[in-house]
Amino acid sequence: MDILTLCYIIASVTFILGLKMLSHPATARNGNLLAAAGMTIAILGTIFLYQDGQGNKLHNYLWIFGGIAIGSVVGTMAAKKVKMTAMPQMVSLFNGMGGLCAALISIVEFDELVNHPGGEIQAGFLAIILLGLVIGTVSFAGSMVAWGKLDGRVKDFSFPGQHIVNILILLVMVALSIYLVINFSAANAYIFYVILALAVIYGLVFVFPIGGADMPVVISLLNSFTGVAAACGGFLYDNKVMLTGGILVGAAGTLLTLLMCKAMNRSLLNVLIGSFGGSAKGGAAGAKVQGSVKEISLSDAAFVMSYAHKVIIVPGYGLAVAQAQHACHELEKLLESKGVEVKYAIHPVAGRMPGHMNVLLAESDVAYEKLLEMEQANEEFPTTDVVLILGANDVVNPAAKTDPASPIYGMPILDVELAKTVIVNKRSMKPGYAGIENDLFFRPKTSMLFGDAKKVLQDLAAEVKNL
Amino acid sequence: MLEWITANQQIIYIVILMIFVGIEVIGHVPSVLHTPLMSGANAIHGVVIIGSIIVMGKAQPDNYLALILGFLAVIVGTLNVVGGFVVTDRMLKMFRKKSK
Repeated sequence: MDILTLCYIIASVTFILGLKMLSHPATARNGNLLAAAGMTIAILGTIFLYQDGQGNKLHNYLWIFGGIAIGSVVGTMAAKKVKMTAMPQMVSLFNGMGGLCAALISIVEFDELVNHPGGEIQAGFLAIILLGLVIGTVSFAGSMVAWGKLDGRVKDFSFPGQHIVNILILLVMVALSIYLVINFSAANAYIFYVILALAVIYGLVFVFPIGGADMPVVISLLNSFTGVAAACGGFLYDNKVMLTGGILVGAAGTLLTLLMCKAMNRSLLNVLIGSFGGSAKGGAAGAKVQGSVKEISLSDAAFVMSYAHKVIIVPGYGLAVAQAQHACHELEKLLESKGVEVKYAIHPVAGRMPGHMNVLLAESDVAYEKLLEMEQANEEFPTTDVVLILGANDVVNPAAKTDPASPIYGMPILDVELAKTVIVNKRSMKPGYAGIENDLFFRPKTSMLFGDAKKVLQDLAAEVKNL
Repeated sequence: MLEWITANQQIIYIVILMIFVGIEVIGHVPSVLHTPLMSGANAIHGVVIIGSIIVMGKAQPDNYLALILGFLAVIVGTLNVVGGFVVTDRMLKMFRKKSK
């Protein structure tokens, strides 16, 4: 037992150090590896050294190693094969697995309580089982919906009065849990499964109506939920490393969630109630925008960019879906060879996740110094000749500054209009992910370049080469 | 209630301190690292796998529910841990090449 305790202490320290190192660019990779090493020590220590209260060791080694082998092979393959653009949904999927794991632990432990009662049942113990069940299940169901949405398999779905239904389900779940903790007996064990069913439903309806720009926030929040669910497991088994790791992620995940909300200038409550998802609002806002859009031809676009002094590229989700990051880098190199200064302006919530664009552009070898954060970019726009917007929409929507009725009002945006010319590449005039029209496209400075980002960039590069 | 707090004071101390540590260690993260950090944190909460190993390891041979659900829990827990760390490493590998 002593060596196991030591293993757990080492693992806990690696988790804390790992998270710390993950938040600095230079040490991030080693931080991740350190935490992984700590996790390995904790897992092996548990398998070989764990003893329960009566000093019994674990058995069923075949099952344990079988499960770990299957999980490792599938997990490694999935993680290696996934495209960089599909990263957010991958994280969501893995997060859901953690939630499911916590929920399954609770189900088994509850079954033990009912069928193999040993001594007096403590209310606190049962409460923790229920807490782990509910949080784990909500995290699992919610993550699956988030994964399906980002993968384009699930559409936004909401019905009138949904928020009230959500709150009702939550209240019923809490009430049933309290009732079960106080009046626990084998006869009303079925209530446990009612709570389980309600938790699944809650997880679904909780994420279903939340659309658009809020998905990263939801994944981050569910991530911290799973952390808390893991900590519940730590409580159950008096296991300090589960407790430390779980609470650590629960707290860090909550802070990360709040940081993301802050980047969008919205409150967490606002996100949770899901006022963003409603399409009715988007339609109303869209009706106000009038005017005609101006198109620009490929050759004209190539011309103005080649003869500019400074071009800033604003990448968005359109770049990610089109897998256009390499084509983008090619164009950048061509323009640089003609003496044009090229930079990228990265909005904190561009793409589907904060940092998503950085990851993508890093993949295609874009130099780190070329990526400007929002504040720097906004300082540079006035001296910029051409801004090329690639599939970004909400992050450059001036309605965030000017229209108090807009759902994104107050979100800091990239002030692309300070530049001399704005070229917008989009597939169509369809509104962006938040479902609202963008005034920018109708402004005199703006010209549109329709088409798939990758194809347009390749064609642009060919045109620039020929000039 | 007070008895419960006294009996579990160690755990309660850990919870409180870890909340502050969790907030403190990622307090100054630049936004470029938000996605890898979320992914790394995601892998760390995979520590829940230890609970599933304990469930699996204590399951009696005739307790099919515990065997099946425990086995499933070990699989999904491993998915969370291994997948999480591998994905994070893949993301960060690209970053490091660039920061030189």
